[in-house]
Amino acid sequence: MYTQAMDTMAREAKGAVQAVKTPEEQAREAAFEARIAAGEFIEAKDWMPEHYRKTLVRQISQHAHSEIVGMLPEGNWVTRAPTLKRKAILLAKVQDEGGHGLYLYAAAETLGVSRDELIDALHSGRAKYSSIFNYPTLTWADVGVIGWLVDGAAIMNQVPLCRCSYGPYARAMVRVCKEESFHQRQGFDALHVMMSQGTPEQRAMVQDAVDRWWWPSLMMFGPPDAESTHSTQSMRWGIKRISNDELRQKFVDATVQQAQVLGVTLPDPDLKWNEARRSWDFGRIDWDEFWNVVNGHGPCNRERLADRVKAWDDGAWVREAAIAHQRKKQLETKAA
Amino acid sequence: MSTDRTEWPLWEVFVRSKSGLDHKHCGSLHASDAAMAIQMARDVYTRRQEGASVWVVRSDQIVASDPDTKDMFFEPAEDKVYRHPTFYKLPADVDHM
Repeated sequence: MYTQAMDTMAREAKGAVQAVKTPEEQAREAAFEARIAAGEFIEAKDWMPEHYRKTLVRQISQHAHSEIVGMLPEGNWVTRAPTLKRKAILLAKVQDEGGHGLYLYAAAETLGVSRDELIDALHSGRAKYSSIFNYPTLTWADVGVIGWLVDGAAIMNQVPLCRCSYGPYARAMVRVCKEESFHQRQGFDALHVMMSQGTPEQRAMVQDAVDRWWWPSLMMFGPPDAESTHSTQSMRWGIKRISNDELRQKFVDATVQQAQVLGVTLPDPDLKWNEARRSWDFGRIDWDEFWNVVNGHGPCNRERLADRVKAWDDGAWVREAAIAHQRKKQLETKAA
Repeated sequence: MSTDRTEWPLWEVFVRSKSGLDHKHCGSLHASDAAMAIQMARDVYTRRQEGASVWVVRSDQIVASDPDTKDMFFEPAEDKVYRHPTFYKLPADVDHM
């Protein structure tokens, strides 16, 4: 899953006061910039500018939150999967998402924040997660489309992050990307079965899911480059490698043919092959909808956060009991 | 803000992918004790048969070199090229030695 951290930060950073830097700080910063320019990886205990650290904590933790919240719309279908095979596959996928959340939280923690702080930021609404999960999963076809389009878009976003300048994040992303391919393929496979062997109603259900998820999937790449002012710094620092628009175009180009194979229509009348660009032209994205969902007014924002907080609160006694057990054991060992 | 009282300690996970290879660091996780850490390391890091053996170590038990003095710390090895076999130019007839 991808986050909009970098893009939303730009809007919020206005008015921040820049402190005057000492010559020592300037020298360290220059040395840091040189390491980045030389393509070196930055590791956890290395010196880094405060803004680099902050940007990473935000980006990585929002990424982690997205993985965890992303389990909710799919978890809803575990008990409703049409066959035992699909249920086992979906369970494995949801478990992967939990794992991805963990790799990413761990990477963020190397930057000096605690897991509890990160989770508190999510639960109090201060931290954001990917807007795509604020849309509802109405039918079984949605589960397939999430794998195919949403995870497909995530892969486009995540593959370049494997070369991110921050080592722990890059390594977590290598692991995530290896597993994400299964997510996309199982989604396409589930849809393909419905389209090639299903009833007319089932095929219509797939088309309906594609109609609802197509545009939100394109929004996952974030605002157009012209508006994404924060990207410039992140690009220079090697936190981000490829621009939003470039990735979005890559995704569209890859997906059009897959839609043809599947036998579904992508809901965009302006989708046209552009021979000169050797790419697909596509219609205007409704950015008002995007910012509306980012700002908390999507169809499921409140439900997702409430479910997340409830799961955390319901699990409190387990976390506390485990620690109490460990302390008791420790005392017993000491006494012996 | 953070409830340190209840946050489970952090563990580093090392996985041996198959017999004959080293254990390799692959990530970290929170667990209340060693038994739970091993169990969770299996669940998180070997879901696709990536492991034949797992080690976990409390993160606060690891002693590491200081990145700020990295250059000075590793510098002594820099001028000792004679430690490498390629340093020695032997007659062509025996250079495969």
